[in-house]
Amino acid sequence: MKKSGPGKYILIAVCVIFVALFLVLPLVFVLVQAFKDGILPYLANIGDYYSLKALGLTLKTMVICLVVNTIIGIIAAWTVTRYQFALKKVLTTFLDIPLSVSPIIAGLLYILTFGRSSVLYPFLSSHNINIVYAVPGIVLVTIFVTLPYISREVIPVLEAKGTDEEEAAALMGAGALTIFRKVTFPHIKWSLLYGAVLCAARAMGEFGAVSIISGHLRGVTNTLPLHIEILYNEFKYAPAFAVSSLLVFLAIVLLIIRNVAELQGKKREKEV
Amino acid sequence: MYVELKNVNKKFGTHEASHDICFGIEKGKLVALLGPSGSGKTTILRMIAGLESPDSGDIIIDGKVVNDVPASRRGIGFVFQSYALFRYMTVFDNIAFGLQVQKKDKKYIRERVMELIRLTGLDGMEKRYPNQLSGGQRQRVAFARALAPSPSLLLLDEPFAAVDAKVRHELRSWLKNMIRQVGITSIFVTHDQDEAVEVADEIIVTNLGRIEQIGSPVEIYQHPATPFVAQFIGNSAVVEDYGRFRGFREVEGLPHAIVRPEYVEAFKQDNEKYRDLIDYAEEGTVEDIAFRGSYLEVKLNVCGATLTTNRSLERRELQKGEKMYVLLYRLYVFDHDRAQLLENEELKGLEIVGG
Repeated sequence: MKKSGPGKYILIAVCVIFVALFLVLPLVFVLVQAFKDGILPYLANIGDYYSLKALGLTLKTMVICLVVNTIIGIIAAWTVTRYQFALKKVLTTFLDIPLSVSPIIAGLLYILTFGRSSVLYPFLSSHNINIVYAVPGIVLVTIFVTLPYISREVIPVLEAKGTDEEEAAALMGAGALTIFRKVTFPHIKWSLLYGAVLCAARAMGEFGAVSIISGHLRGVTNTLPLHIEILYNEFKYAPAFAVSSLLVFLAIVLLIIRNVAELQGKKREKEV
Repeated sequence: MYVELKNVNKKFGTHEASHDICFGIEKGKLVALLGPSGSGKTTILRMIAGLESPDSGDIIIDGKVVNDVPASRRGIGFVFQSYALFRYMTVFDNIAFGLQVQKKDKKYIRERVMELIRLTGLDGMEKRYPNQLSGGQRQRVAFARALAPSPSLLLLDEPFAAVDAKVRHELRSWLKNMIRQVGITSIFVTHDQDEAVEVADEIIVTNLGRIEQIGSPVEIYQHPATPFVAQFIGNSAVVEDYGRFRGFREVEGLPHAIVRPEYVEAFKQDNEKYRDLIDYAEEGTVEDIAFRGSYLEVKLNVCGATLTTNRSLERRELQKGEKMYVLLYRLYVFDHDRAQLLENEELKGLEIVGG
């Protein structure tokens, strides 16, 4: 290989300094602030009734989101890469809209769709269905915001793979489910996992859309990010940072899970 | 007829991929679908397999019209051009897949897969993954996988396209022997005439979505039925105004002629062996000599036309510009839709020395 000049080291330095300044340093500050008064007050802040409620709601939302978007993501990726149909381009463009539209707009869209001014409102209220300012609304906007993460990871893999393995399996009489399980899934599992982690992290951290639609009822419709904002606005800095650190830990745990799973899986694939 | 296509048509948009395709294949035959790329041969194969459905016409396998039978229930083995091996399954699991889908019992599957592994010479490879195999080995796995469920018809799409030249040669004779051994009716698609001639019992030549000719390799080679076949098969050059050559008179309405290297004999002017033939020969000048590995390809200017002949490396050396005697045995003359073989009139009834 060609011996690399000083350029390599300059570029490495730029990357490292950038990451340190923009990512590591703020994270360290969060942790320092959170633990300022010691470990016991930290635990008390996290163990607070409303914090735990918020954590519960955040995890619940994240799990529902993950399940729905995994199913929809796989179906969408499959449809887009396996069939030719009119408006396919339109469909793929729409799938990407949540990424380009501000989450606030997502929140407003759902308020307009399901809120008091909506044509659906009389129907919804007569059937006692509360969406806006309630948990269903939070789940819906979070699904909207995290919709593209999985399909975006899976589509390129399916596209690159082609259809001949599936055709071969179908010719031997395999049904759709068998084909997906034994032939397609092994190809997409790592991209699926990666998309799922992104989706979960985003679902836990979503603020804008949820803020619009939640109504900020403490202990009822407050997610972790909203809870942090409330604490912060009430000048409760130590609790705010303690709860923030909780979100940071959750995100790090997700990333670790993903890396370990991927490493293990790839190692197993290589061994055999 | 074991496999029969009757008036099959297929369009992709405005592109006519198959036009009025009719042919029949006898049980146990090994048949090649030969044609240039885009001639519709793969479409025919995919329609027989059930991967595409014809717009009109019937596809009959073993006496039954299968147009509405899905691919999965036609009982056909298919070898893809890219092999389409399951990347995340071992060689064993690849071959076993079709049997597992049929819910055969474990013991039977094991025996059948091992039998095929032995048959295809893949012993010891059963735990490997496709990306740990060479191109030739992958082809064998694809073949074994297609045969495992004991199909009654085997279809192969450009089976040798994905391997390098040397392996291709070995694989050709291997595949031919293997298909003979198993005794399965097989159809393979190829754009390589050598491959078709070497491997197939029967060749179906396709062009622009139509069938040009069906026949044995010898028939196709020696009696091309259409101008297209004449030009496509063999190393053919087209010559106009062929009446200028000695021994040939232009046939009314057939202005073009095809000359193959094997129609042309060239010998040095002091060649003793051919002395009697000088009277029937033309004079030609060596224009170009190209080394082709096992022989020389010699281009000669004869009466203003360039003719090509192949020359054994055992014969005396030639120089560019050298004058030689050139004998033209026959021509293949044609027009748009008519064609015929034309023998050299002066050579008729003559015992040709050296042949």
